[in-house]
Amino acid sequence: MSEKPVISASGLSLVFATHDGPVHALSNINLDIHEGEFVSLIGPSGCGKTTLLRVIADLEQPTAGTITVNGMTPHQARERRAYGYVFQQAALFPWRTIAANVGLPLEVMGLDKAEAQRRVKENIALVNLAGFEKKHPWQLSGGMQQRASIARALAVEPAMLLMDEPFGALDEIVRDHLNEQLLKLWAKTKKTVVFVTHSIPEAVFLSTRIVVMSPRPGRIHEIIDCNLGADRPLEIRETLEFQRIAQQVRDGLRAGHSYDD
Amino acid sequence: MRIAPNWQALTALVLIAAALAGLPFTAAPGAVLALLILWLLALAALAALIAPATSGLVATFGVLSHAAVFLLLASLAGAEGTARPSFYAALAAAWLLGWRLVTVLSGDGRRGSTGPGWGLGLVIPALFGLWILILWEAVVRGAGIPFVLLPPPSAIGHKIMASLPILAADFHQTVLKAVLFGFVVGSLAGFLTALLADRYRFLARGLLPIGNMVSALPIIGIAPIMVIWFGFDWPSKAAVVIVMTFFPMLVNTLEGLRASGAMERDLMRTYAASHWQSLFMLRLPAAMPFIFNGLKINSTLAMIGAIVAEFFGTPIVGMGFRISTEVGRMNLDMVWAEIALAAVVGSLFYGVLALIERITTHWHPSYRR
Ligand SMILES: Nc1ncnc2c1ncn2[C@@H]1O[C@H](COP(=O)(O)OP(=O)(O)OP(=O)(O)O)[C@@H](O)[C@H]1O
Ligand SMILES: [Mg+2]
Repeated sequence: MSEKPVISASGLSLVFATHDGPVHALSNINLDIHEGEFVSLIGPSGCGKTTLLRVIADLEQPTAGTITVNGMTPHQARERRAYGYVFQQAALFPWRTIAANVGLPLEVMGLDKAEAQRRVKENIALVNLAGFEKKHPWQLSGGMQQRASIARALAVEPAMLLMDEPFGALDEIVRDHLNEQLLKLWAKTKKTVVFVTHSIPEAVFLSTRIVVMSPRPGRIHEIIDCNLGADRPLEIRETLEFQRIAQQVRDGLRAGHSYDD
Repeated sequence: MRIAPNWQALTALVLIAAALAGLPFTAAPGAVLALLILWLLALAALAALIAPATSGLVATFGVLSHAAVFLLLASLAGAEGTARPSFYAALAAAWLLGWRLVTVLSGDGRRGSTGPGWGLGLVIPALFGLWILILWEAVVRGAGIPFVLLPPPSAIGHKIMASLPILAADFHQTVLKAVLFGFVVGSLAGFLTALLADRYRFLARGLLPIGNMVSALPIIGIAPIMVIWFGFDWPSKAAVVIVMTFFPMLVNTLEGLRASGAMERDLMRTYAASHWQSLFMLRLPAAMPFIFNGLKINSTLAMIGAIVAEFFGTPIVGMGFRISTEVGRMNLDMVWAEIALAAVVGSLFYGVLALIERITTHWHPSYRR
């Protein structure tokens, strides 16, 4: 593991100018994320989790502070396709089949046909969607669509995955299943993952570190280490260690929230 | 087999009885024919009362009632303008049976049944069209409405068959030259301008107000000017069509290009896609329904524009030219023949565009299967 962080933010702030005054979406964020880490951002609605992820992805410009991604500006990193981004909704294009959707970024990158086909096939299999290549998005369930969108992000073969509540709209059982698959994938590929979630168990189950954020202004309240070891079956959620970390996150969220009461 | 009373068939029976009591149909002799017609209608009405309505029964009462109504129309020969209430009672009975036929064919008001299949999807509108022609023919000839006011469809049909070469020449001049050329050039120019205006926003800001102004221009003002600029032949008509179709296409395409979602556009940004890549891979496909909307509007505008423009100076051929001169000569059947031609061409034009739309935007929620 290299010493230099993959993502490094210091004094990062972002103020949205809106009709009813400025909104302090991010305030003085200091955060280093290293290669191979699985970092979850958790916090109440409106605390700036999505905004932070979008700043990393160069979809939003900070108003103060500095941020580097792979030692470059986020803009340069984006131009080099340093990351794959998974949105809260699958955002598949309805006029493309599942295979064509997964291949979309590869078309943009101008990859040669054979290699693109190989990657599409491989990643569709990885998310257990083999056999659905020729279907259109609306013919798939919500969970399958979200898996397709993950395959699409993976097809770029990025070293880094940015995921914004990818399983937020799914039911508990599908969610558990996808969590397990994501964890396996992460253990296998050693990708750096930044993962936004509302769910404490999800964050504890997946992460190596949990960033607890609080709103108005959006800031980091606490960073909790959470290393439950590489091999985590779903049952680990019943263990005391798991419960202890979950309680710590819950306390952090509560403390961050009571601030503005 | 049992009796299934339905109000169409029952009312038809009452009307048949009334027609029988009120015979004759017209001032001309023809009692035998009249009795035959009423007998056919009565049989059809009885068949329409039987349940379950097997396809054989439906075909029987459909054929019987339509045979009756054609005999009814034939009985008008030489007796135009003398139809008596009895005639209209028989006509109404046949019409009710036609209504019953369409009701049964489209599932008898049952809900949840799978919609009409491909064949029925054509049969039902065809029956509707047929009945408009039948009622038109019967009322115009039965009441003896003057020819200049409204000729019967049969006369228009005869005129069409007798003037096929003229109609073909007019079609060639107006549709194949002015309409098609103007439609393609106007729509394409509007489309390409929209792509540019989308890239360079100042263009859109400058063009849209002008577009609103141009759409408000009266065609009768543009047409003579185009004749002065481009001469009497079809190019001046095509120019009118271009002016009329350019802005609807521009406006619709611009609107369509804004239709893709913010998330999808962000997705393309994360791939570092260029402007043209996200245009061709995301925004144009998402704009397809809007673009086809523009094309369908333009198909109608192009027909209207080309025909009306021919009122303002033209060589001695063309659908608009024919309409304007034949009206002057009181040859209303020729005018109606041209109107029928315009209606058929316009519908086909629109239909072909709708079909292409259905194929290319099969993914759109309104077409999904
Ligand atoms: N484009 C924007 N313009 C103005 N304000 C914005 C914009 N995007 C976000 N905000 C504001 O910034 C704050 C943080 O928003 P953000 O979407 O990052 O929250 P979040 O933590 O992701 O919330 P949630 O859990 O509901 O997704 C909110 O108050 C939001 O209203
Ligand atoms: Mg969010």
